Amino acid sequence: MSIHLALEIDGAGSHPGARGGLPDTEAVAVAEAAGFALITINDSPLSPSPEAGVRASHLARRTRRIGLAPTLHPALTEPFHLATQLAALDHASQGRGAWVVGAENSAAAHATIGGKPLSDDALRREISDVIDVARLLWDSWEDDAVIRDVASGRFLDPDRVHHVNFTGERFSVVGPLITPRPPQGQLVVIAAADISDKSDVALVAAPTIDELAARAKQTNVPRVFAEVEVLLGEDRLAELDAREPWGEPARLRFAGDAEEFRALLATLDGIVDGVRLHPAVLEIDLPRLAVATRRGPVGGPTLRDTLGLPRPVNVFAGEP
Amino acid sequence: MTTHRLHLGLFFTGVGPQLLWSQPDFAEHTHIDTFVQTVRTLERGLFDAFFLGEGLRVRENRGRVHDLDVAGRPDAITQLSALAAETERIGLVATQNTTYNFPFDLARRLASLDHVSGGRAGWNIVTTDNAWTGENFRYGGWLPHERRYERAAAFVEMARNLWGGNRVDTHGDLVDVAGSLGVAGNPVLFQAGDSPGGRDLAARFADAVFSANTDYDKAQAYAADLTTRLEAYGRTRDSLKILPGAQVVLGDTAKEAAEKADWIQREQTTGPRAIAFLEQYWNKDLSGYDPDGPLPDIEPAEGELDPSRGTISVEHRTGKLERIAEWRRLDLSIRELVLHVTPRHNTFVGTPGQVADEWARYVRTRAVDGFNLVPQLLPGSVEDIVDKLVPELQERGVYRTEYEGRTLREHMDLA
Repeated sequence: MSIHLALEIDGAGSHPGARGGLPDTEAVAVAEAAGFALITINDSPLSPSPEAGVRASHLARRTRRIGLAPTLHPALTEPFHLATQLAALDHASQGRGAWVVGAENSAAAHATIGGKPLSDDALRREISDVIDVARLLWDSWEDDAVIRDVASGRFLDPDRVHHVNFTGERFSVVGPLITPRPPQGQLVVIAAADISDKSDVALVAAPTIDELAARAKQTNVPRVFAEVEVLLGEDRLAELDAREPWGEPARLRFAGDAEEFRALLATLDGIVDGVRLHPAVLEIDLPRLAVATRRGPVGGPTLRDTLGLPRPVNVFAGEP
Repeated sequence: MTTHRLHLGLFFTGVGPQLLWSQPDFAEHTHIDTFVQTVRTLERGLFDAFFLGEGLRVRENRGRVHDLDVAGRPDAITQLSALAAETERIGLVATQNTTYNFPFDLARRLASLDHVSGGRAGWNIVTTDNAWTGENFRYGGWLPHERRYERAAAFVEMARNLWGGNRVDTHGDLVDVAGSLGVAGNPVLFQAGDSPGGRDLAARFADAVFSANTDYDKAQAYAADLTTRLEAYGRTRDSLKILPGAQVVLGDTAKEAAEKADWIQREQTTGPRAIAFLEQYWNKDLSGYDPDGPLPDIEPAEGELDPSRGTISVEHRTGKLERIAEWRRLDLSIRELVLHVTPRHNTFVGTPGQVADEWARYVRTRAVDGFNLVPQLLPGSVEDIVDKLVPELQERGVYRTEYEGRTLREHMDLA
């Protein structure tokens, strides 16, 4: 099993001098053909792009194998809507939905909902609560809740559709979800390692391989992905930096050729389960990455299958 | 004289007794393939739009999930975004309420749907004050009944400002938003409420109304009332399309259609459903009663109606004892009573030619501009309408023979 590949497709690229960008459908077609396990879509209420959940769902019907992971921000949404939107994405993509847990907490973002930023601790607790309630809501319909029993006139078995009765610090939700259980049971939850350890995939950002290895070792989450900025073709760096300097890296940064990139992946393969790639310039580096990876599409059919994550047992199963 | 043409939408409710799930060929109504199939059929039938309903809490009966009707639906905007990739022309309309959404967030998601669909998004604006639904949301039942349209108006105004590219900065007790949207849009606005507040909201903001008035005389009276309200806002009748919700039952002969309509109604009112209907009023377990026998001889529980089905309108939330006394005087069986008090309404029954003749009269006299059709059979109702009724409408010159435009606004002849 070789290292899993994820790709961030929002915006022009991770280098501040990047310009342009790619239409979602093009970026994802390239990524899918090149064997990426999933794409992620960064977002914020103030983004110049359409909302990430809408973009991901639109891509669901233009792709067959690749996972689709919009960023949704717990502190800025209704947890019930968030869980419903993601469940619908998983249904529309037939089991390829995932969620990048966002930690947007700026004053400008909160002003869109008439709120104020949370303290770091309060934000963590809010994120933790929203992950918990989303997972409960995805389980609130058991897999076999719909019985269609003509003899008794019952469409569903009410003993298999559950109130979640969740009370968090800042909100409560009774449930159940309005949407039946997602095909994957629960969507793949992806979160930065320093935000939450309740995810299925932890994103680890560190500027050196040693630091990355140390952080990955401390992370107690089923899958660990390294955040990696990628520029293929070092000769372009000076020109980009002249436009706007890249600055000090907060995550692993690669600039080199395809061979060197493959060597980096081989090294990382022993340290993490996957990488999330942030092309320096999406429209230039993505096509180059696609050539460099030398892979065909992932198997699927669900994202959990691709990542080797089991379909979660329903926490309500067997409960009256 | 301009020939007015019918605009058709399909309202995919996703819950409730209309859909006959007991039929062997019932298409699994929550599966994405069913949605894809349905919108493709509708696009073949040159429909203006596909509507998704909304209900933010699963219906219950006496504290348990109501088990007799279809239930389960996707998030509307998410689902329509997926369907946008499967279609090219049909409008995609999400029912979304103004009570349990953040205005900026909803405006952004609707604009995003408009963007990915190339201008095919619509918003069916609904309000609620239902605190029982509010238990799924951050602020619970925060909005007083009498202020729900005030909130809706402020919400819609805000959304339109944002879509127009303006920065908003409003800090009221009903709406508190500051910011500007990075994505523009111009979704078609539908309004569904039939109360005076709802009609006024429609006259002020809506591009189309999804009314409940299908009887010809009522439809004309409704159109006249709306015309007056529109004038108060400096608008004309042409700027607002009227599309009542309706059901259609077709047969090869009038007799066959009538029999089918009766069969559908009886299937929709099964014995267990009739009992469940009464349980809302009695608020007691009535499962021991025979649906084909007399009304329960026991007295109903004290207190007003259990709102947990999420279906009881405000005017029916009080006065239940008087209503029950009235029912007893009718001396009907439980099932017959329920058939009697929930009559088949908004249903056109006949051969495709008969229904087409009737609809042609409605639209030529501007009593309506079209219909928003609720299917009973999936996929049967949709296929019947598209394959049998649409050709008859085209023959009468009251329905398009191809899509001329690309956007929902263009399909609906809206500015």
